[in-house]
Amino acid sequence: MNGAHDLGGMHGFGPVVAEPDEPVFHTEWERRAFGLTLAMGAWRRWNLDMSRSAREQMLPAEYLATSYYEHWLFGLERLLVEKGFVSPEELARVSRGEQTPREPAEVSAKVKEGALRPEGVLPLLHNRRAARLGDPVPPKFEVGQVVLAKNMHPLGHTRIPRYVRGRRGVVAIDHGVFIFPDTHAASENTKPQHVYSVRFAAQELWGPEASARDSVYVDLWDDYLEVAP
Amino acid sequence: MSDHDHDDDHDGDPHHGDHGDHSHGHSHGIDDPSHPHNAPLSDLQLRVRALESLLTEKGLVDPAALDELVDTYETRVGPRNGAQVVAKAWTDPAFKQRLLADASATLADLGFIGRQGEDMMVLETTESVHHLVVCTLCSCYPWPVLGLPPVWYKSAPYRSRAVIDPRGVLRDFGVALPEEVEVRVWDSTAELRYLVLPRRPEGTEGMTEEELAELVTRDAMIGTGMARAPEAAPKVAP
Repeated sequence: MNGAHDLGGMHGFGPVVAEPDEPVFHTEWERRAFGLTLAMGAWRRWNLDMSRSAREQMLPAEYLATSYYEHWLFGLERLLVEKGFVSPEELARVSRGEQTPREPAEVSAKVKEGALRPEGVLPLLHNRRAARLGDPVPPKFEVGQVVLAKNMHPLGHTRIPRYVRGRRGVVAIDHGVFIFPDTHAASENTKPQHVYSVRFAAQELWGPEASARDSVYVDLWDDYLEVAP
Repeated sequence: MSDHDHDDDHDGDPHHGDHGDHSHGHSHGIDDPSHPHNAPLSDLQLRVRALESLLTEKGLVDPAALDELVDTYETRVGPRNGAQVVAKAWTDPAFKQRLLADASATLADLGFIGRQGEDMMVLETTESVHHLVVCTLCSCYPWPVLGLPPVWYKSAPYRSRAVIDPRGVLRDFGVALPEEVEVRVWDSTAELRYLVLPRRPEGTEGMTEEELAELVTRDAMIGTGMARAPEAAPKVAP
């Protein structure tokens, strides 16, 4: 979707200001929102593309006015309701900040089979379950070939940024076969296909005022590309 | 619109009553007096606590696992990992060759594996080519070697400008690149994660890997900075 998350090439956000000696988290709620997102992800009721897609549903004005972990929280809450973990009424109470009363039992006694436990954290983070697939799908393009990024505007999740659509590039690297995010964000359909680093000259993207030397490499899937006319 | 106008839009908006938590999502400094940091309990804090209490009572999360996740990225996984890799590449040509040819396998041999680092590429910055990494669509970042990304990396100013004005972004970081150096920006739109191998600073001959690692900043491994000159580095404990 053509959402506010697709920021490449926009103007007006001001300079990049780095915070000296920045902590990993700034507040306790950021720590917990991060932990909750990974811990609930461990139930595997949604995949990474679905998580990104959920965050992208935020209204553009809200997206631009809120911080990164607020995007995560928004996406998590949306998926929790969508997948039936939490009812809309329960979520409304959460939004009002209402705590769920604690039942007298020990916390550890309540934890369901399948929930992430402390000893499961390292295996979870170290798993090699990647987006790379072993499917023997032939590449549609070869290194060195001139390609055109399609002029496409899907309503659903996509990873082709607006600033390359309709632009010519050269295939620089064939990374192999990967899950296709556009279908994977909507279902478990992985639609295996090649991903390439495509080199776009800065002047092709931004016009003759841009540097003649510089370029942007964008990782793009077969379905985003066509043979340049 | 400046960043400040942007923030002022929040005034009077009931959904954004607490500025203390919101300030970090923007690019202004943390000392902005209009954003107090001592607010008792923000809406967000209450909301996240409420969510955790709900999910805990449902038996869906174990708060101890959350503690473990947070602790992992606060104390164990961070840019020191990447700095070790860079220092090793500076001192061991065979390792560097393997790292550039097959980063995923070479990093896995060192134990730097896992989430947001499953498929890695290492980009070597040279005298004539400077690499810069961004994720314009979200915040993709190589967690096993750099930890979690800083706020600026995830924020609109960097994500919007890195691709259209990389040299301007570098100037924001105090890096003035000569015109004859080629800039290559890598937008992490897929599941490949990129680590920049910065240039080894001059005057570091004879330094050990540990000493060299002290010169490797996080920003140098993203491409928004250079490795530090030896005299600018903190003294290494004997």
